[in-house]
Amino acid sequence: MSAYPTATERPRMVRVSGTRTETPTVKTLTFRDEACSRASPGQFVMVWIPGVDEVPMSLSKMDADGLSAVTVKRLGEATAALQSLGRGGILGIRGPYGRGFTVATGDALVVGGGCGMAPLAPLVERLAGAGVRVTVVVGAETWSELLFLRRVRRALSAVDGRVVAVTEDGSYGVRGLATGPVREALGERRFDVVYTCGPERMMQKLLQLSERHGVLLQASLERYMRCGVGICGSCCIGGYRVCRDGPVFTGEQLREVTGEFGVFRRDADGRRTALAK
Amino acid sequence: MAGADLRVEVAGLAMRNPVMLAAGILGVTGLSLRRVAEAGAGAVVTKSIGPSPRTGYSNPTLVGVECGFLNALGLPNPGAEEFAREVEVAKEGDVPVIASIFGPSEREFAHVASVMEGAGADGLELNVSCPHAEVADLGQSPDLTAGVVKAVKKSVGIPVLVKLSPNVTDIVAVARRAEEAGADGLTCVNTLRAMAIDTETGRPILANRVGGLSGPAVKPVAVRCVYEVSRAVGIPVIGCGGVVDGRDAVEFLLAGASAVQVGSAVAWRGLTVFREVAEGIRAYLERKNHRSVSEIVGLSHRY
Repeated sequence: MSAYPTATERPRMVRVSGTRTETPTVKTLTFRDEACSRASPGQFVMVWIPGVDEVPMSLSKMDADGLSAVTVKRLGEATAALQSLGRGGILGIRGPYGRGFTVATGDALVVGGGCGMAPLAPLVERLAGAGVRVTVVVGAETWSELLFLRRVRRALSAVDGRVVAVTEDGSYGVRGLATGPVREALGERRFDVVYTCGPERMMQKLLQLSERHGVLLQASLERYMRCGVGICGSCCIGGYRVCRDGPVFTGEQLREVTGEFGVFRRDADGRRTALAK
Repeated sequence: MAGADLRVEVAGLAMRNPVMLAAGILGVTGLSLRRVAEAGAGAVVTKSIGPSPRTGYSNPTLVGVECGFLNALGLPNPGAEEFAREVEVAKEGDVPVIASIFGPSEREFAHVASVMEGAGADGLELNVSCPHAEVADLGQSPDLTAGVVKAVKKSVGIPVLVKLSPNVTDIVAVARRAEEAGADGLTCVNTLRAMAIDTETGRPILANRVGGLSGPAVKPVAVRCVYEVSRAVGIPVIGCGGVVDGRDAVEFLLAGASAVQVGSAVAWRGLTVFREVAEGIRAYLERKNHRSVSEIVGLSHRY
């Protein structure tokens, strides 16, 4: 690496090589990028949609064959523009950035809420490949929004694993919130680590549960981001920068920022906004 | 006393070392400023704060270029009243907290200044030189700069620094007028107006098209500005632009800076850069048999 590797922070222009509709609101865009294919699950990229916006997105796939993907939920202008891209569409990619999940040994409990399954699906595949015993809880509002359910089932088909689906409306699997089956699983068995990504209030609950059961936690956070490289300060939570010190934080780190985690986030202007209950 | 003393006093601000956090870097929250203080900075400068909340520009707001960054954030900030509580938190870091401020008029500059003083800021740095937001580009004009300095000096008692723009024909003229108007110190320099275009799409990469260049790419320009300005004025000058290691900092000190600011280097050196730069300065002073930082300030002026 050169002393000043900043020219690498210029977007690399890639073409979308394939798209896939995952749920009525979620779509995956695949592209070829050398650096992304070497990323760890949990790391993210800044995705530039020329003329529209640049947004942080977790990588939902990073294959040794050079193919990577982002999985996008339609939320606003930028995500709608991303979803409208077809094969051959052009994107700018910076990254991968940040600290991803650390693949532990032993028993792992993976909890994804909604689009939070995006960075967790490649993690489950890594864990399964590493021989870790995995239990996955996939939560969504309704059956059609259960993301990567089939993908994680496939990943765990050949190993010692279990997948629990949870829907708020009870249209599939267990009715209720993901925290329900999580509480049960933690009561039944001793886990070594809990991995999570999803609504922050859910992750806040998981922090409490993991603490109560003496299990390590790794949680992937989201904040408004600009630079992606740890200098602009837009994504700070406590003294941490989500883009650089995260996006995956340990339970220990999150306990230092309980005044903010699950409580408020900052808008583009830096003002605080309470997180939805 | 063994070893060289890194303590400096610049424009009435006592610092444990001359390595400051530059404005715009990690300065949105009190806790992140405190973390920079814990990492070893001698003083911290906040993100530029204006009279009311500003969202800033859309992304991309930053892009890496050869040996530096281009940015055009558009001065996002929560407004002076809201930011006051972040200053209070930052103050717990035990190093001077300097509020970078901007405003569309002398009156609003003075208002933000007094809110920041009331929140406990130890000093102010007037951002009259943002290269990508008209609201903060008064520094193009020596007269407008002097007017703002006078208005702010009238409304506060804490030291007032002025951050100068390199995007002018005669930086010395602006510096002199700022000094006459009562500035206590000058920061040289803000970013250089610049742009980058993506060749695949033909589009400027920054959403604002034009932004400010920072990092090692601008260091020779900044060193020249410090050299020229510090020879022309009697108030202290703070060097800013591309400081990555102790040698860069020493170059600014020799050019006439009494302290330096570090910004972009945080991206690739992390927060340890503050301690590394400070220790680099100490090692230089000791190797050259100097006892304090002030002994080398402006040494190159003799040549």
